[in-house]
Amino acid sequence: MELQAVLMAAGGGSRMTDLTYNTPKPMLPVGNKPLMWYPLNLLERVGFEEVIVITTKEVQKMMATDPKMKIDVKMKLDVVCIQEDGDMGTADALRHIQQKIKTDVLVVSCDLITDVALHEVVDLFRAHNATLAMLMSNAHEFTETVPGQKGKKKTAEQRDFVGVDQSGKRLLFMANEADLEDGLSIRKSIMRKHPRMHIKTGLVDAHLYCLKKAVVDFLADNKSISSIRGELVPYLVRKQFSKTTNSPKIKDDAENQNQKTNDNFTYSNQRDNTILQPQQYEPLLQLAQERSCWNDHRGDMSEAYHGGKLRCYVHIIDQGLCCRVNTLAAYIEANRLAPKLFEEPAVHPSAVISERCQMGSDSIIGALCQVADKTSIKRSTLGNSTTVKEKVKVTNSIIMHGVTIEEGCNIQGSVICSNAVIGRGADLKYCLVGNGQRIEPEGEVHSHKHTK
Amino acid sequence: IKEEKQRLRKEKKQQKKNKEKKDEKASHESEKKKNKEEKPVSAAAPASQPPTQPSTQKAVPAPAPVPVPVSETPALADKPAKTKADLKAERRARQEAERASKQAATSKPKAPPNELQPVVKRLPEHVQVDNPGVLKKLAKKLERQQIPLRLDYGYKVSLFSHLHQYSRKAPLTQQLSIPSTVIHPAIVRLGLQYSQGIVAGSNARSVALLHAFKQVIRDYTTPPNEELSRDLVNKLKPYISFLSQCRPLSASMGNAIKYIKKEISNIPSQCKEEEAKRKLLSCIDCYIDEKIILAAKAIAKSSIEKISNGDVILVYGCSSLVNHILCEAFEKNIKFRVIVVDSRPRLEGREALRRLVQRGISCTYVLISAVSYILPEVSKVFLGAHALLANGYVMSRVGTSQIALVAKAFNVPVLVCCETYKFCERVQTDSFVSNELDDPDDLIVTRKGKTQLEHWQDVPSLGLLNLVYDVTPPDFVDLVITDLGMIPCTSVPVVLRVKNVDQ
Repeated sequence: MELQAVLMAAGGGSRMTDLTYNTPKPMLPVGNKPLMWYPLNLLERVGFEEVIVITTKEVQKMMATDPKMKIDVKMKLDVVCIQEDGDMGTADALRHIQQKIKTDVLVVSCDLITDVALHEVVDLFRAHNATLAMLMSNAHEFTETVPGQKGKKKTAEQRDFVGVDQSGKRLLFMANEADLEDGLSIRKSIMRKHPRMHIKTGLVDAHLYCLKKAVVDFLADNKSISSIRGELVPYLVRKQFSKTTNSPKIKDDAENQNQKTNDNFTYSNQRDNTILQPQQYEPLLQLAQERSCWNDHRGDMSEAYHGGKLRCYVHIIDQGLCCRVNTLAAYIEANRLAPKLFEEPAVHPSAVISERCQMGSDSIIGALCQVADKTSIKRSTLGNSTTVKEKVKVTNSIIMHGVTIEEGCNIQGSVICSNAVIGRGADLKYCLVGNGQRIEPEGEVHSHKHTK
Repeated sequence: IKEEKQRLRKEKKQQKKNKEKKDEKASHESEKKKNKEEKPVSAAAPASQPPTQPSTQKAVPAPAPVPVPVSETPALADKPAKTKADLKAERRARQEAERASKQAATSKPKAPPNELQPVVKRLPEHVQVDNPGVLKKLAKKLERQQIPLRLDYGYKVSLFSHLHQYSRKAPLTQQLSIPSTVIHPAIVRLGLQYSQGIVAGSNARSVALLHAFKQVIRDYTTPPNEELSRDLVNKLKPYISFLSQCRPLSASMGNAIKYIKKEISNIPSQCKEEEAKRKLLSCIDCYIDEKIILAAKAIAKSSIEKISNGDVILVYGCSSLVNHILCEAFEKNIKFRVIVVDSRPRLEGREALRRLVQRGISCTYVLISAVSYILPEVSKVFLGAHALLANGYVMSRVGTSQIALVAKAFNVPVLVCCETYKFCERVQTDSFVSNELDDPDDLIVTRKGKTQLEHWQDVPSLGLLNLVYDVTPPDFVDLVITDLGMIPCTSVPVVLRVKNVDQ
């Protein structure tokens, strides 16, 4: 078997608590499908037959009852439950299932919605015998107004600095702004090997990683690494250029390293050579590389890959959809874009829609909906079993399951969570209504998060 | 009288039918025999011949005959003592038995029309790309083996329209499932490395191929009711088709595959699986040791006698063997300098230059357009080869024949270094019939911000040709240095004959 797929679906959605305090993030409806359906569909389309899903008991229960998950997903899902309240990072989760991992892994996050050709990432992993191959996308700004935010406020999110080589494929440098106190330092050894480096900041990490089995084994020995994205990936990228001698002292890294992890890092350094580079003594592979007249760089005297055995690659996509649904803005954007990925009919056949309803072609109506006369639904998503009474105008909004919207409402640019009730004549603009909330009749709510 | 005539006519027809059947049987046998004789001496595309053989025999609606001829070949090779007449008689008896059983099964014996083929060596499919019938056959074969078909790309120059031309940006992995199940992951990796040029060069490709085969053998388990010797060979066939779709097989790879298939078929049926696998793995290691590593050492030893102090040696492109020889000669403290000739679009000479300069050899670097300017300085030319053909022609990187020609004009000796495992029974006198077309987009280059050929596909009368190999006649080659010694180019058929007798 070549690759095993692992879906990380235990995340809490910490950046969109308004949506996730009642519904766990993997089951949030996007285009009337649960969020985790999208990466599972991607894996299935590409040819995977089995996926290990790491999630919480709550999500597992919801998965069992959700019709989309039961019918549409044909792959065999091996669900591994972990504690919800435990502080388990993604790397910890990987360590937890180390026994199940028999070969190289493809780790996917449950909040990834993309139509990328996965073979591009995996080909980098295969062809260069890489230790890590990941996917990134040239992000674009979200243009929709986010409900609950007064005005278009650009969140000062901490930037990620990603350094790639001239070909744009080899990962040379990766750091988060938070870890760079005095500015960005790049080691001379890297500059000597790769004199031309492109540093990009606007990239979105898709959280899709191809990792060698040796990395999983390495994680098992190094219990201090708890997050794949936050710690493991920068560590591997740094390790590409570290000297292979067993030096206990950490070299002049500019990154901030916790004191307590320092000891574990030194420990791991000494054993790294055998763990992370298992195939270095394959004599035939060595011979083939020696005899091959190929080099990945030119201009200096070193052999292909500068003789380094640990290599990290990245595939950066410029066009196409690649969206990580981890903020409210991303959620709204995803709801708009995701349905374009699939050719399902926008209106579910079981929905009852009266003839005097004006419905735009880019709206999605879920199963068992009831839409009355004289309503107008444009650029919106209606969840399953939602009732919309007469004279309601819904624009640019996301209505989840089981919502009741009384007559005469005007809903614009809002997100209404499951089982909410919008009273008669309410006027909602750029609002977020939490689960099970009630909006009083004739209420006027602007840019407000109406949650518990 | 009319009725008599009719009766006579009918009789004649019947006689003719019987005679046809007999003839067909005889020609079928002789064709089989010819094919068997051909098999150990088969053409450079061994992958295409075995699949077409069973496909013609599959038309005969009895599964029994198929495995019999396939396994008969190694038996034939093993026991040359048995006379041909004995074998013929054996075969005829067996065929009669099969035919009798078949007749009992079906009402009338089917006479498949394609058995009556002229007994001529069939052209490999990879030089018949402009023949739609051949393409259809290839598509069917690939479909049967569950391997995606790689589509040709771009306009092909008419002289070479009978060859495949693929684009590097459309790898075959696009159409494969991601955890690849049909094809072993090691083979997928190898195919990718071939098509992207990461593993390039005849020796490197063979070594990488054998390495991948070792992994395949390690992961192989014999299914129940199957024999390792037959099933493993059948497992390897789709892998070989896949690899040849990624990049056409080289002669050295073809010989390595033949060797492996022979070794696998020679595994006795009572051998346990673990032992058989161990034996195969050690065979592969042995092959590489003998044919590549030791051969390189032997060739280096012979060549060093030919290099003297003060020599100026010209090399072309990046040949792993020639680089090895030069490095060894340098170790022996012979004072010489090297001129590296390079050519677009591959520019492999840069890699050769790097390796030589890293050792400390003083080198000069020129492009092939300057070769006639620089030849007056040169005392010897060392060339590597991709394959040595049976009529003494040397198949090597495109541009080699130019260098050999100019060297001949300047009376500079040309020495070709080639291991014996690259010798191949093909006969070629020109570079057109069998060659490889690389990605035409490689010829596009950006200078000073301008890419002139960027939209070459829009210009209807423009075709880009990126040839990979060319063929050098033996008159231009003065000496061939092999691990069997230093031979003239015309002795290649002798070596081949000797090799076959050994096998």
